[in-house]
Amino acid sequence: MKYKSQKVAYWFFALSMVLLILQIVYGFIMAFAHAGYDGLHEIIPFNTATATHKNLLVVWLLSGFMGAAYYIIPEESQRELVSVPLAKLQFWALAIVGVVAVAGFHVGWWEGRKFLEIPRFLDYLVVVDILLFLGIIFVTIFKGKEKTTTEMVLAMGLFFAALLYLPGMIWFDNQSVDSFFRWWVVHLWVEGVWELIMGGILAFLLIKLTGVDRELIEKWLYVIVGLTFLSGILGTGHHYYYIGVPEYWLMIGGIFSALEPLAFLGMALFAFAMYRKGEKNHPNKTALYWTLGAAIMSFAGAGLLGIAHTIPSVNMWTHGTLITAMHGHMAFWGAYAMMVFAIISYAMPLMTGRKLYNTAGSSYAFWLSNIGMIGMTTAFATAGVAQVYLERKVGMSFMEAQMAIEVHFWVLIASATLFTIGIIYYVINFFQHGMPTDEALVENID
Amino acid sequence: MLSKNQAKLFFLGGTVVFFLIFLVLSAHTLSSGIPKKTHSENVTAEVAAGKVLFDENNCMGCHTILGEGAYYAPELTKVMDRRGEGFVKAVLSSKTPWTTTGRKMVAYDFTEEEVSNLIAFFTWIGQMDLNGFPPEPDLKK
Ligand code: HEM
Ligand code: HEM
Ligand SMILES: [Fe+2]
Repeated sequence: MKYKSQKVAYWFFALSMVLLILQIVYGFIMAFAHAGYDGLHEIIPFNTATATHKNLLVVWLLSGFMGAAYYIIPEESQRELVSVPLAKLQFWALAIVGVVAVAGFHVGWWEGRKFLEIPRFLDYLVVVDILLFLGIIFVTIFKGKEKTTTEMVLAMGLFFAALLYLPGMIWFDNQSVDSFFRWWVVHLWVEGVWELIMGGILAFLLIKLTGVDRELIEKWLYVIVGLTFLSGILGTGHHYYYIGVPEYWLMIGGIFSALEPLAFLGMALFAFAMYRKGEKNHPNKTALYWTLGAAIMSFAGAGLLGIAHTIPSVNMWTHGTLITAMHGHMAFWGAYAMMVFAIISYAMPLMTGRKLYNTAGSSYAFWLSNIGMIGMTTAFATAGVAQVYLERKVGMSFMEAQMAIEVHFWVLIASATLFTIGIIYYVINFFQHGMPTDEALVENID
Repeated sequence: MLSKNQAKLFFLGGTVVFFLIFLVLSAHTLSSGIPKKTHSENVTAEVAAGKVLFDENNCMGCHTILGEGAYYAPELTKVMDRRGEGFVKAVLSSKTPWTTTGRKMVAYDFTEEEVSNLIAFFTWIGQMDLNGFPPEPDLKK
C-alpha cells in the first residue's frame, strides 16, 4: 500500500463479506422452499427471501466496487483520497441503508420490482450516498498527478451506474413501461457499465500482477469496453421480446445480444495473454487465480450460458424459468463476485502487511466455491430444462411440473453446501488478515 | 497494429452511435409501440390500483408476470384465461395460506375492492399482444 487513505477500502470489503454470508443464508431458505420445506413461510415468505437474496447481492457487490475504487484511485492518481472522514461517513451511510432495506423487506417495506425492491424513500438516500462517493472519487482524480485510462474506465463505470439507477425510480402505471425502464437499470448495469468497472479492476490487477506494460493493457481495455457497449446497449432488446413492445426488438435484441459474449471472450483472452506475456512473478498467486478465474467464469456464465437462451426462438420457451436462474448465478458469480474477490485478495495483504496468500485455506476457498457454483448451475440447468419441457412444451401445469423437478433442488442444496464451505474459507482468510495498518505503507509497491 | 488512440476512438464512437440508436428506438417504443401493443387506453383507475397492489405486496417475489419475477409460483400473464375469475377471487381473498397445489401462498385476505382491482389488472395484462408469449405447448397430446 502506497497511500494511507487506501486503508478505507477495508471497511467496504468487510461489509461485502458479511452481506455475502447473509445472502447465502437466504439462498438456502429459498432452495429448501423449492425442495418442499417452507417451514419459515410465516416469518420469511419466499418473496421476502428472494428480495433479500437479490438486494444483498447487489449491495455487497457495490460495496466491493466502492472498496476497489478507494483502493485503486489513490494509487493510479498518485495522491491521497481527498477526505477519509467523508469516505467513512459514506461507508456508514451505505451500511445503514443496506441494513434498513433488508430489515424493511421483512415487514413488507418494498416495491415489487425485481432487483429494485428498495423502497423509494431509501432510494433517495442511496442517491445521496452515491453522490458523496462519486464526489470523493472524482475530486481525487481531478487533483491527482495522473489520469490513467484504467482509473477513468473504472470511475466512468461507477458514474454511469449511478446515473442509470435513476430511470428505475420513476413510477409508471403501465406494467410494460415499468419493465422497459427497469431493464435500463438491471441490464445496462450488468451487461454495460458494470463491465467497465470489471474491466477497470481487471486492468489494474493485470498491470500489478503480470508487470505487462500499461499502454498495452489499456489499449485492450478500450477494445473490450468498446465491444461491451457495441453489443450490450442494443442487446437490452433481449429483455424486451415478450413484454409488450414492437416486434423489431426480437431481431435487434437477438442480433446484438448474441454479440455480447465477445466482450467476455475478449476479457478472458486478454487476461490469459497478459498473464503469459508477463515477466513478473508476483508472489500473490491467490489474487492471480481469482483474476484469471473471473475472466473464465464470466465467459462461461455470462457469455456461454447467456447466448444459450438469448435467441428469440429459444427465449420464447425459456423466458422466466429456472434456466434464467441458472444463467443468473454463474454470470453474477464469474463476472462480479469473483472480480471483487480478486481485488480483495490482492489488496488485503498489502493493506495489513500480512502475507496470508497461497495458504491451504485460500486454495480451498477458490476450488470449493467454484466447483460448488458449477454444481449449482448444473442443478438449476437440469431443473430448468425439465421445467421448460414439462410446463411449456407438454403443457403440464406450473405446480405439477415443479413437483416433478423438486429433486433437483437437493442437488442444488448439496452443491450450495460445497460452495458455502469455500466461501467460509475465504471469509475466514479475510478476517485473519486483521485490520489495515500504516506500518504496511511502502514507497514502491507493485 | 491498432494504436491506443484508435482503440479509444472505437470505444467512444461505438458507444455514442449505438446509444443514439437505442434512444431513437426507445422513443418510438414508448410513444407508439407500447401504447398499441398493451392497449394503454384500457389502463383504468382500477387497473392502476391493481398494479399498485401487485407492487406493494411484491407478488413478483414468487410469481412471474410477462415472464419476469421469481420462479416459485405460477406465471400470471394468462391467469384469467387459465383459471377464471372465481378461482382468482378465492385465492386473493383467502384468510389462510392457499396451499391446494403443495406450496403456500401468503394469505392476503384482500378486500372485495382490492380483489376487483387486481382482477382488472390481470385482465388488462392478459389482453396484451406479447409477440406470441406464452407459447402454446406444442407437444401437448
Ligand atoms: C455478467 C454479465 C451478466 C449477468 C450478471 C447476467 C445476469 C442475469 C440475470 C440476473 C438475469 C435475470 C434477470 C431478471 O429476470 O430480472 C438475466 C437474464 C438474461 N440474460 Fe443475463 N447476465 C449477464 C450477461 C448476459 C449475456 C452476455 C447474455 C447474452 C449473451 C445474457 C442473456 C440473458 C437473457 C436472454 C436473459 C433473459 C432470460 C429470460 O428471458 O428470462 N446475459 N441475466
Ligand atoms: C448457497 C448459495 C445459494 C443458493 C442456495 C441460492 C439459491 C437461489 C434460489 C433458490 C433462487 C430463487 C430462484 C427463484 O426465483 O425461484 C436464487 C435466486 C438468485 N440468486 Fe441465488 N443462491 C445462492 C447463492 C447465490 C450467489 C453467490 C449469487 C451471486 C453471485 C446468487 C445470485 C442469485 C440471483 C441473481 C438470483 C435471481 C435469479 C433469477 O431470478 O433469474 N445466488 N438463488
Ligand atoms: Fe441482459
